[in-house]
Amino acid sequence: MPETNNDPLIVAGRTFNSRLIIGTGKYKDYAENAAALDASGADMVTVAVRRVNISNPTAPMLADFIDPKKTTYLPNTAGCFTGEDAVRTLRLAREAGDWNLVKLEVLSDPKHLYPDMEETLRAAKLLIADGFEVMVYCSDDPVFARKLEDMGCAAIMPLGAPIGSGLGIQNPVNIRLIVEQTKVPVIVDAGVGTASDAAVAMELGCDGVLMNTAIAEAKDPILMAKAMKHAVKAGRAAYLAGRMPRKKYADPSSPLAGLI
Amino acid sequence: MYLKINGEDYADLPDGMTVGALLDHLSLPRKKIAVERNLEIVPKSTFDAAVLADGDRLEIIHFIGGG
Repeated sequence: MPETNNDPLIVAGRTFNSRLIIGTGKYKDYAENAAALDASGADMVTVAVRRVNISNPTAPMLADFIDPKKTTYLPNTAGCFTGEDAVRTLRLAREAGDWNLVKLEVLSDPKHLYPDMEETLRAAKLLIADGFEVMVYCSDDPVFARKLEDMGCAAIMPLGAPIGSGLGIQNPVNIRLIVEQTKVPVIVDAGVGTASDAAVAMELGCDGVLMNTAIAEAKDPILMAKAMKHAVKAGRAAYLAGRMPRKKYADPSSPLAGLI
Repeated sequence: MYLKINGEDYADLPDGMTVGALLDHLSLPRKKIAVERNLEIVPKSTFDAAVLADGDRLEIIHFIGGG
C-alpha cells in the first residue's frame, strides 16, 4: 500500500508517490527485480523495448512479475543512436503499452554513453509533435537543459556520472544550475553508486533520482533498494529543511556564557 | 508465403494470413506486444483485418528489463 504522501513527484500531470525511479535491467531475474522494486517503494520503472523471442514464446515476461497497472512503465530508447531509431522505438512502445510517457535517451559512444545532444534535441521535437510526454536523459549542460525544457519536455534528466559507473554526483555545480533554472521536474539519471549519492542529488534540489545499476549490482539488491528509498527521502527532507550555512571556523554548540 | 520476422526468415507460412493469425500461429500474447509491418505500426485493433503479403518485413516487440 502506498504511504500517505504530501510531497509527491508530479510529471506531466501524473502523480507519483516515490521520487525514486528504478531500472529493470541487470538483475539476476525478474523475481529479484520485483522484490527490489517492492523494497524501493518506487512506482515507476524504466523498461526497454526489444524483439520478442519467437523461438521461445513461453519465456518469462517482465509484465508477469511487475504489473504495468500498478507500476508505471517508462519505456526507454536505450541502445538508440539516432533520433529516428528513438522515435521508431517509442512509437512501438506506445502501441505495446498504450501510454505516452517515455524516456528519451539517444546515446553516442558506447565507451562513455554520453547523450548525443544534437540527436536528442531532434528526437525530442519529433516525439513532442507526435503527442509523447518526454522525460529526457541529457548532458549536464544548462544551455541544452533549457532548450529541452522550452521545447516542452516533461522532465529534464541530466547524468550525475556516466551510465553504470556508480561514480556518484560528479557535477554538483551544473546539476544545481539546472535545478535553479528549470520549472519541470529535474531527475538525476545515471551515476548514483550508493545511498549517499542519491541523498546528494536530492539535497541539490533535484525532484527525483533514476537508477538501475546501483541497486541491481549491489551484493544485496533488495537491501540496497531499501537504502535508496531512505536516502531519497532523507535528501529531499534535508533540501526542504534548508541546510545551515557553511562557515570557515568552529562555532561552539554550547553557550560560552555562564562558564564556571 | 515468405516473411522476415525480427530479422529472421520464415519461408513456409500460409498465404493470406492476417497479423492476428500469425501471432496465434507463433503463440505470442497479443496484449503484451506491438507489431510493425514494413516500418508502419499495425494497431492492435486491426490485427485480425491486416492481411500479410509475401515479403513483408515484421518487427514484433515487447518490454524487457532495462535502465
